[in-house]
Amino acid sequence: MSWWLPPAASTFAGDIDFMFTLILVITGIALVVVEAGVIWFVIAYRARPGRRAFYTHGSTKAEVVWSAVPAVTVVILGIMSNGLWNKIKGRESVPAGAYPIGVHAKQFEWQMTYPGPDGRLGTDDDFTARNQLHVPVGRPVAVHLSAEDVIHSFFVPEFRLKQDAVPGMDIRAWFEATKVDSLELGCAELCGMGHYRMRARVWVWPADKYDACAKQTADEFIDCLRPSPAQALTGGTGS
Amino acid sequence: MRKLGSVAAVAVGVVALGLAAWSRQPADQGSGATVTGKTKFTGTKPAMPKIDMSEEPKCKAKYTAPPTEEAVVVNPNGTLANVFVYVKSGLPAGYKPPAPAGAVLVDQDGCRYRPRVLGAMVGQTITIKNSDGILHNIKAKAKANRPFNISQPTVMSSTKSFDKPEVMVAFECNVHGWMRAWLGVLPHPFFGVSGTDGTFSIKGLPPGAYTIEAWHEKYGPQTATVTVTGTETKTADFTYAAK
Amino acid sequence: MTSVAATAPAHGAHHAPLGFWRKYVFSTDHKIIGIQFLFVSLFFLLVGGLLAMQMRWQLGFPGTPMPGGGLLPESRASGGVILPEYYIELVTMHGTFMVFFAIMPLLVGVYANFLIPLKIGAHDMAFPRVNMASFWTALLAGLIMLASFFVPEGAGRAGWTMYAPLSARPDLSGVTLGQILWCISIVVLGLSSVMGSVNYITTIINHRAPGMTWFRMPLSVWALFITAILGVLALPVLQGAAILLLFDQTIGTHFFDPVAGGQALLWQHLFWFFGHPEVYILILPAMGMVSDMIANGSRKPIFGYHSMVFAIIGIGFLGWIVWGHHMFMSGMNPTLGSSFMISTLVIAVPSAVKVFNWMGTMWRGNLRFHVPMLNAVAFVAMFTIGGLSGVFMAATPVDMQIHDTYFIVAHIHYVLFGGSLFALFGAITYWYPKMFGRLMSEPLGKVHFWLTFLFYNLTFFPMHVIGMGGQMRRLYDPTQYDFLKPQQPMNEFISYSAFLLFAVQILFVVNFLWNLKQGKKAGLNPWEDNGLEWSLPSPAPHGNWERPPTVYRGPYEFSAPEAGNRDYLPQHEKLPTDREPASATAPAAGH
Repeated sequence: MSWWLPPAASTFAGDIDFMFTLILVITGIALVVVEAGVIWFVIAYRARPGRRAFYTHGSTKAEVVWSAVPAVTVVILGIMSNGLWNKIKGRESVPAGAYPIGVHAKQFEWQMTYPGPDGRLGTDDDFTARNQLHVPVGRPVAVHLSAEDVIHSFFVPEFRLKQDAVPGMDIRAWFEATKVDSLELGCAELCGMGHYRMRARVWVWPADKYDACAKQTADEFIDCLRPSPAQALTGGTGS
Repeated sequence: MRKLGSVAAVAVGVVALGLAAWSRQPADQGSGATVTGKTKFTGTKPAMPKIDMSEEPKCKAKYTAPPTEEAVVVNPNGTLANVFVYVKSGLPAGYKPPAPAGAVLVDQDGCRYRPRVLGAMVGQTITIKNSDGILHNIKAKAKANRPFNISQPTVMSSTKSFDKPEVMVAFECNVHGWMRAWLGVLPHPFFGVSGTDGTFSIKGLPPGAYTIEAWHEKYGPQTATVTVTGTETKTADFTYAAK
Repeated sequence: MTSVAATAPAHGAHHAPLGFWRKYVFSTDHKIIGIQFLFVSLFFLLVGGLLAMQMRWQLGFPGTPMPGGGLLPESRASGGVILPEYYIELVTMHGTFMVFFAIMPLLVGVYANFLIPLKIGAHDMAFPRVNMASFWTALLAGLIMLASFFVPEGAGRAGWTMYAPLSARPDLSGVTLGQILWCISIVVLGLSSVMGSVNYITTIINHRAPGMTWFRMPLSVWALFITAILGVLALPVLQGAAILLLFDQTIGTHFFDPVAGGQALLWQHLFWFFGHPEVYILILPAMGMVSDMIANGSRKPIFGYHSMVFAIIGIGFLGWIVWGHHMFMSGMNPTLGSSFMISTLVIAVPSAVKVFNWMGTMWRGNLRFHVPMLNAVAFVAMFTIGGLSGVFMAATPVDMQIHDTYFIVAHIHYVLFGGSLFALFGAITYWYPKMFGRLMSEPLGKVHFWLTFLFYNLTFFPMHVIGMGGQMRRLYDPTQYDFLKPQQPMNEFISYSAFLLFAVQILFVVNFLWNLKQGKKAGLNPWEDNGLEWSLPSPAPHGNWERPPTVYRGPYEFSAPEAGNRDYLPQHEKLPTDREPASATAPAAGH
């Protein structure tokens, strides 16, 4: 098994991993300071006959230092995180011209609505596939998230993307896949007895292959995107 | 106290059964009248959408041709399958139904319910089986009865029963949105379902004038009236037109 | 020294002997009520633990028959194999019992009741009958929750957070009565909590002994005071939300169901507006009691007493403006996400102050490693891990990956088990003699501590790793996902560790029960502490002091030069240099 985050596969995954690593280093230092300090004190100041504790009520200077250092650190972390947060999840963050895909979550299925040949959702040539998210590589995809019944959560670990799908709300999330791959989409919010089986396949296709298939409608689209991206890369015919 | 109560209940039950046996012959399905018929279908048979089972390999493997939805199943001989036909009214007052025989089985096989339409008596055991070995949940959307929503993660069976008449109780699976079954719960054994030949038969009817209803999930109910005596067989055909 | 005689208790001097029922069942004595809470909450702690063991069986060995699973009805476990709906029931009820009926009453029900009057020199609570009512309503709430296991379809199945619409719609969750009973139980529990909190607040404000100024109060009392304020303000919010949810379930309103115009996120806002202060209800009393135990074990005054007080107040205040960090991924306006992130990160500051001040207290001390001290030091070490892992969740972009994964399961258990529960193991051992007149076994306590510490870390630390790998919470069977399959050996390892963790708790149960009757008799002050409670016999009599003691100093004057040969100086001991406090309305006789 891996002892680290899953391999990164979206444009912002690297930034998130950097923040994760940065926080890990900072908290790691804090952890070592505290735990090593505790262990040191436990050994060095254990009770022995004839010893008496040093009588003090504290030191304002020390307390100012150990309040200020964490305060400054978290403010810097906060500012850095906020920039990244706005880039990924901000109101205006969805890139213009992103390829739209409707993702409708219901107990216990993901229904993906593709825009059809015209590239727009909400038109007659839209069609829906169950538990299969096909996306092109290297192009931003805008996910129009909705939910039928209860709250679900759209989670693709390799994309570092998670977004709840809430009934009654229309939520946009976006990502841009960076490599041809087949991945899994999971539900991250308890949605009932079938929560653990609410899983879909995510196929990231070479852009030319995807474009060729996206001109098809309904059944042909799914049949065109076969059997898997890996085979598409190694020269398999795919349809 | 509880023990005493149950002894009393059993005693009362035995006496009541004895009285019933003495006062009149219990309905004997072998000896009564029979109503049979065909569920005819006219017009173009509607095209059923294909079911995409590509994300359920275990189910997909059970089919050679791509499976389709089954809201309307027209038999090769031009009849309509999955019509639930039952005696809606007309049974004599004070009619005592026989105890339900055995259990009825609903199987989840190939990510479809087998059978899709079935009947059961009030209080009869309904065995729900999962032959697929993948998760199915069974949501019974009963209205007169207590609804239930259970899951079967693997090959297993569960038993349920309904204690009030209800036509129809809809079953659905939320893991596989296309899965539907319909169960008619009746206080008597006089029901049938049109099969692959489009015929049904209701046997063992006591003499009387009956309203027979035929129910189809898409085309709705139709009724016919039939009067039977003795052990005769009468015919009641129903015709459904494509919409 | 002469004042010891003055404040010594007189058995039954103004309390006629009570019969068994009045003394131990319908008691208005805050100490008995505390002990009642102790037994009931330890029982619910056991229930919560048993539920967790079943979850770990399913997670470690999905789809295999659980030992003893045959005892469960077929609707819960088919042929001994846990069913998905039962697993969710386990998840929901483990959280519910641990949060509402184990940790919260253990900290607040037990120790606010037992310690507040004893530590501030009061005869009893301000409203003893309300206090009794508070216990019995809490027990009723617990029994209602327990009963929900035995109704058709079983107990609630929407997670302890009861996210709507799943919790509001029986057709979607598959459970009707269990969900209703959950709401009713929570409404009743809220009533208990409010009655208790009002009592604690009033008692601390009005019933402090002469000389017990605000800044002479032990940190445990400060923490319980702030906790009570949080409780009285937060629980009613949850009660209100639970009542709305109950209406949605029963009479067809749609507060939380968008199908008819409701708002799914409204439940989350209400729940977490309660829920985050609740998180601090679950940790502040532990911090307070740990401060008492660390000062005692270090034989040193608390380092920076005033900043410790202000840190408690600061955490209590900040607790009200961070609830949105539970909702970063909920679709809430992302700008709100930014502000909640900042307020959440700021909590790191008072938390850091507390951790460093505990270390400052140990620095150059003369450390006695009695069982309470061991557990208190473990609290500091483990709470630090829990606090630091919180920074990952607070940083919104990083939260995108680890939200609703096992990383947060690890985090909450580092805070609530590594934090609260270690503090409780220490506190139970520490105040056991004052409750029951006898000491728990030190060797057994130490074995229990080390084994618990080991298996606890082996259970919960790996959860960080599988959470980073993406394992979602509340999954019945993680192996259904290809990307989680490689982690299954780790899940198995966690399960084995968890079983051992549960098993070694037998040592605690034995230590606790055996020594009720067989333990070494404790004197007045077995830990050589300064608190007022240690001036009373063990166990302390009904009514505590005949006359309230007079307080001359703060609670942490360990190793003070004026203490002479001893290394402690009780709060009530009058030195020749001490003056009577201005507020001394009832000067001790003979002075």
